[in-house]
Amino acid sequence: MATSETSNIKRLQVRRFKPEENPKSTYLTEETGIWAWMTTVDHKKIGLMYLASILFFFFVGGTLALLLRTELLTPAQSFITADTYNQIFTLHGAIMVFFFLVPSVPAALGNFVLPLQLGCKDVAFPRVNLLSYYIYVIGAVFTLIAIFTGGVDTGWTFYTPYSATTGGNVMMMTLGVFILGFSSILTGVNFIVTIHRLRSPGQTWNKISLFLWSLYATSIIQILATPVLAITLLLLTMERALHIGIFDPALGGDPVLYQHFFWFYSHPAVYIMIVPGFGIVSEIISTFSRKHIFGYWAIALSSLAIAFIGFLVWGHHMFTAGQSSLANMVFSFLTFLVGIPTGIKIFNWVATMYKGSIDMKTPMLYIMAFLFLFMIGGFTGIMLGSLAVDIHLHDTYYVVAHFHYVMMGGMVMAFLGGLHYWWPKMFGKMYNEFWARIACVVIFIGFNLTFLPQFVMGSMGMPRRYFNYLEQFQGYHQASTYGSYILGIGFLIIAAYLLHSLLRGKKAPPNPWGSRAMEWQTSSPPSLHNYEHTPVVINGPYDYHKPMSEFQLGIEGSHNGHGEHQHTETKTVEADK
Amino acid sequence: MAQTSANVKKGDHVQHHFVDSDQQFESAKMGMWIFLVTEILFFGGLFLAYIVFRSWYPELYLMASDHLDTFWGAVNTVVLIGSSLTVAMAIRSAQLNQQKGLIINLAITIALACIFMVIKYFEYTHKFDLGIYPGAYYAYDGIAHDKANIFFSIYYMMTGLHGIHVLIGIGLMIWLIVRARKGHFHSEYYTPVEITGLYWHLVDIIWIFLFPLLYLID
Repeated sequence: MATSETSNIKRLQVRRFKPEENPKSTYLTEETGIWAWMTTVDHKKIGLMYLASILFFFFVGGTLALLLRTELLTPAQSFITADTYNQIFTLHGAIMVFFFLVPSVPAALGNFVLPLQLGCKDVAFPRVNLLSYYIYVIGAVFTLIAIFTGGVDTGWTFYTPYSATTGGNVMMMTLGVFILGFSSILTGVNFIVTIHRLRSPGQTWNKISLFLWSLYATSIIQILATPVLAITLLLLTMERALHIGIFDPALGGDPVLYQHFFWFYSHPAVYIMIVPGFGIVSEIISTFSRKHIFGYWAIALSSLAIAFIGFLVWGHHMFTAGQSSLANMVFSFLTFLVGIPTGIKIFNWVATMYKGSIDMKTPMLYIMAFLFLFMIGGFTGIMLGSLAVDIHLHDTYYVVAHFHYVMMGGMVMAFLGGLHYWWPKMFGKMYNEFWARIACVVIFIGFNLTFLPQFVMGSMGMPRRYFNYLEQFQGYHQASTYGSYILGIGFLIIAAYLLHSLLRGKKAPPNPWGSRAMEWQTSSPPSLHNYEHTPVVINGPYDYHKPMSEFQLGIEGSHNGHGEHQHTETKTVEADK
Repeated sequence: MAQTSANVKKGDHVQHHFVDSDQQFESAKMGMWIFLVTEILFFGGLFLAYIVFRSWYPELYLMASDHLDTFWGAVNTVVLIGSSLTVAMAIRSAQLNQQKGLIINLAITIALACIFMVIKYFEYTHKFDLGIYPGAYYAYDGIAHDKANIFFSIYYMMTGLHGIHVLIGIGLMIWLIVRARKGHFHSEYYTPVEITGLYWHLVDIIWIFLFPLLYLID
């Protein structure tokens, strides 16, 4: 890949590089200072800046959710007005979806891990990477302005004609999300090119990690779906500014066309949110089962299959919006199809664990939670995809519960798993294992207490987005609210021990989990240019049956163009070009 | 980007994370192609809106299209195709180390793009004079169809967005000329010229679809 030789076989002088324990010079100690961070093009620092931003928005969105749940303790109004309630649930949805879930794994964790797993020094376009971060910030500023200048009460879907006529500052909000879309697109472009062009010598397509495959599939969805959201929101903005009439029935337009446009992005977008989570699950399951991943190609290709089929199912959001029954049947059938690649993944993960040497460390605990919760979310999704059932359940709490089981029980669990898994690599510090496990269990219990009752009251007919409700639902609502408080406590515990780890944590070894994946073959935290050598890959990232020494190879003589390094052991291998 | 001193062999233009010039060039080109895909989907939404409303009000499109000036539309098409030729010649000049040719060709491309925008400006102002504004501000009664505003909303959105892309292209090419005058581009390194050229061809080809769909259907 990286060498330009005419013959097919190239002999490389390869040497073993053991990662340095607790190096003095890391990416965190070099180029410090606020200005250096703000203008950095280093993918690791940009990843951390993204991480801080999405955690901030997760905190804001989570606080809003707790406000909503507190209001719902009683059937009547308790402490906020109905209008405020509408604004809060809109913001909760928009912030969590656009500012947390979409960038969470690709832009934060992905940015950090992707070049490390490819053995390159940076993503293909480092400045574009920084630009995408600032576009994200500008989008966030627009959204904050919208919040403080009238708010938005349309729900995160901005359905017309309501969104074209309601008060508040919808334009600012849609412009914010419009701008944010470009951040997502640029990250996608960057990742695809990096995976194609910057792989290490010897790293063929069957030797890249499944996390990279999932990021690749995600990036494809990002570049194909996000522009459609951009044009949709632009048209909606114009609808408000100039009343162009494309979505407004009063002017001859069609509101259902808006729904088609919107879900053509937003359904694939839920796969933007969840597919990178699948990648994390593959990494962690293999690492903590000490076993080669079962069905590498099945998992890799099922990500691409989900990306592809995900584009064909958007109509299942409009079963009750007056689509033709033929379209309904086709969309329903295609919705069931998405379950197949997802099921393939679940089976392969479980098969990976079979007869593995399973170590229930915190990341693995989160992945166990993921498997349980995501499967509940997935199966209830299949139920919602069947036409007759959907008529009954449409726009009830059942949908809310399903979505949260997939997004929070699936994606957030995977994100937390990944955060704990890569935490030592990011900061070179270990967290407190005991408290981490406690927090995981608290979150698991709190989560189920919050959202299981919502399935029940949803199937009994409790509609979503309602400010008041019938007294018969009060027990479920109260259980849900108390559950959400437990969830909140769980996240506070995480915040506490992660902060403690940053300040006083034990120093982490380069490879605390004994993983064979590439990012663990450099020091923790990595040096500014990731590796002190150009890595050479002869094994796959899950080859746990092979000795560690075969995973620590680099090209001899090259010092990666960046300073000196220590040689430890010499070895010559033939690497297929 | 030059944070390193060790890239002696690589040439000044190669950024530190690339192995060689070829890898950098191929990456940039691939990135641009992927970006162009997103552009097509961006405009794709508008083309879809065009199709949906045309299938609902086919007679409206025929009537309203009469009010677009086919002559000036055709002139603009020729102007844009000409600019695609000159931008291709600019890339060729860069490949052949012809600094003067590069700058002249870029300048002609910018001039043609400006001509396009000027003609567009006169088309727009002519419509505004008649009262053909987008959306709710539509105040023209020369078309006997009560949804006439929809056609012109789509017309303004499509040509307006395309116009913004032309303006961005002009900006990019001014930036290229500034760099070319400093002698940044040569046969070993002309990546920005190449990928701006790709972008410009896309802007051109979108117009080639817009012109018949809006002007020639009557």
